[in-house]
Amino acid sequence: MSKKTAINSIIIFALLVVLVTPFLGPIKIPFSALTDFGLNTIAGKIFYTFRLPRVLTAFLAGAALACCGVALQAMFRNPLAEPFTLGICGGANFGTAIYLIFAASIPVAHCGLVFSFAGSLAAVLLVYGLTKIKKGFSVGTMLLAGIAVNFFFSSLILFLQYISDFTQSYKMIHWLMGSIDVDGFQIPGVLFVFTAVGAAIIVAQNANLNLMSISDEIAISRGVNVKSARKIIFLATSVMVAGVVAFCGPIGFVGLMAPQICRLLVGYDHKILTPASILFGGAFLVLCDTIARIIIPSSQMPVGVITALLGGPFFIWLLLKDKSVSNL
Amino acid sequence: MNQTAIEIKDLSFAIAGKQILEHICFSVSTGKRLFIVGPNGAGKTTLLRCVSRIITNWHGTIQVKDKNLKAYSQRNLAKILTYVPQVLPADIPFTVHQFVLMARYPHLSPFSVVGPEDEKVVSGAMEMTQTACFAERVMATLSGGERQQVSIAAALAQQAEIFLLDEPATYLDYKHQRDIHSLLAKINKTYGTTIVCVTHDLNSAVFSADIIIAIKEGKIVFEGAPKEIMNEKTLEDIYSKKFDFALHPVTGQKIIVPDVIE
Repeated sequence: MSKKTAINSIIIFALLVVLVTPFLGPIKIPFSALTDFGLNTIAGKIFYTFRLPRVLTAFLAGAALACCGVALQAMFRNPLAEPFTLGICGGANFGTAIYLIFAASIPVAHCGLVFSFAGSLAAVLLVYGLTKIKKGFSVGTMLLAGIAVNFFFSSLILFLQYISDFTQSYKMIHWLMGSIDVDGFQIPGVLFVFTAVGAAIIVAQNANLNLMSISDEIAISRGVNVKSARKIIFLATSVMVAGVVAFCGPIGFVGLMAPQICRLLVGYDHKILTPASILFGGAFLVLCDTIARIIIPSSQMPVGVITALLGGPFFIWLLLKDKSVSNL
Repeated sequence: MNQTAIEIKDLSFAIAGKQILEHICFSVSTGKRLFIVGPNGAGKTTLLRCVSRIITNWHGTIQVKDKNLKAYSQRNLAKILTYVPQVLPADIPFTVHQFVLMARYPHLSPFSVVGPEDEKVVSGAMEMTQTACFAERVMATLSGGERQQVSIAAALAQQAEIFLLDEPATYLDYKHQRDIHSLLAKINKTYGTTIVCVTHDLNSAVFSADIIIAIKEGKIVFEGAPKEIMNEKTLEDIYSKKFDFALHPVTGQKIIVPDVIE
C-alpha cells in the first residue's frame, strides 16, 4: 500500500466510523431521526442525547491519547513511551480518585477536571524533578523516572481503595476500567477544548519531533531548543490526559498502538504521522466503544476492557516484531 | 577582514566531580581549518559539545562571531554553527533526502512549508557530497561511509558557516577517509567555511589543518602550525609513547609511521 493510499484509507476509515457508529446499538435509529433537532421522537432523543455525544467523546479521547503517544514516542525515541508508561495517566488517575472519594460533592461543574489536571501535572513535574536530581537529563532516566512515578501513583490509588467504603470503591473500580458514559454535548464540548488545544500544540512541534526522534544531539545542532520542546510536549500531554481521564477514566493502549499502526502505514514523518495518528486513534476508540456498547445486550461494558483486549495481543506482536524494543 | 569565528576564554567543565576541561583558551579565525588532537578521554568531543550547546553547564566564555554563545537562540546559532557527530544513529527511519531536508530547520518557521529555495540548497548539498544518487534510500540501510557523507550533506544544507566535526573519518576505509578530507577541503575553499575537526589521524591533519591544537587531560598542551607538531618530543609529551617518522615521498613532510609490533 502506498503512503498516499494509506493516508486516504485512514481518512475514509475515520469518517466512516464516525458516521456509521451512532446508528449502531440495541435500539434502531432511523435516518429520519437526524432531522429531529427538537428531540420529539425517542429515536431523535437517543441519537442526539446519547449516541452522537458518546461517539464524539470517544473520538476526542482516542485522538488525544494517540496524539500524546506519538509525541512521547518521538521525544523518548522509544516505542513503549505513552501517557501510561510515563506516569502521566497515573497522576491524573490519582487526582480523579481523590476527587471521587473526597470531593465529589463539590457543587462546581467539571470539578473533577481540576483534580485530574493537578494529578497529571504533578506526575510530569515529578518525572522532571527526578531527572533534574540525576544530572544529564537523558531520555533513559526520564523513562525510568516515569515508570517509577506510575507505580507510585498506582500504589496510592490502591491505598485510597483500601480506605474507602464499598460503594466508593465500586465506583472507583468501574471508573478505572475506563468507560465513556455521557449524555448531552457538554462533556464532548469541554473535552474538545482540551484535545484541540493539546493537539494544536503538538502539531506545531512536528518538525521538532522529527529531529528529536533521531537524536537530541542532531536536534540541537539543527537548532531545536530541546529543553523547551520537552516542556511544551509534557505540558500539552498532561492537558490532554487530564481531559480524557476526568471524563472517561484511564483508557489503555490507544496511545501506544495508534501511533505504531500509523507509523507502519504512513511512515515516520510527523507532519503526516501526527494527524494520521490523531484520526486513527479517534476512530479506533469509537470502534472499541461501539463494540463495548453492543457486545452484551442490555449492558454496557467499559471500553477499557475492549481496548486492552485488542491492545494486549498487539503489544506482544510488537515485542516480537520490533528489534528496537529489546535494546531499550 | 579577519573576523573571529570562535573565541574560547577560560572554558572549564566538570561532570560528577571529574574535571573534563580545564581553563581552555583559543580562538579560530573565520575560514580557517583547526584540527584538535589528543589521547582518548582528553576532552576533545566534550569541547565540541560545549561549543554546539549540547552541553550547557560549563564555566567560562565562548564567543561565536563576537557574540556570547549564551545570547544566541538555538535556532539562530544553528544558522551559524553545526555539529557533525562521530556517527549518526544506525536506525534512522528517514530517507537520505528527508534527512538532509530536515537540516533546513533553522531557516524555516514552524508552519512554513519547504520552498523551492530550500530544495535548491538541499540538491546542491547532495550534489557536492555525491549523495544525490542514493537520495531515496532509507538512512538505516546505508554503509558507514555513505552515512558520513550524508551527515556532511546535511551540515551543508543547514548553510552553517562553522562546522564542528567529531572524528569524521574514524570508522572509514582509506578511500572514504580521503573522500571526506577532500570534501571538507572543498567546502572550506568554496564557501569559506570554518572547520573545527577532532581527529586521531595526525598524518591527515598535518595536510589539512591551518592550525593544530592538542588537548591532554582537559588542558591545551600544544597549539601551533601543523609542521611543528611532527616532533618526537612534542608527540611523546602528548601521547606518552615514542614515535617514528618518515618523509612523505611527494611533499617531503615529516609523517608518522606505524610501530613494528613483535
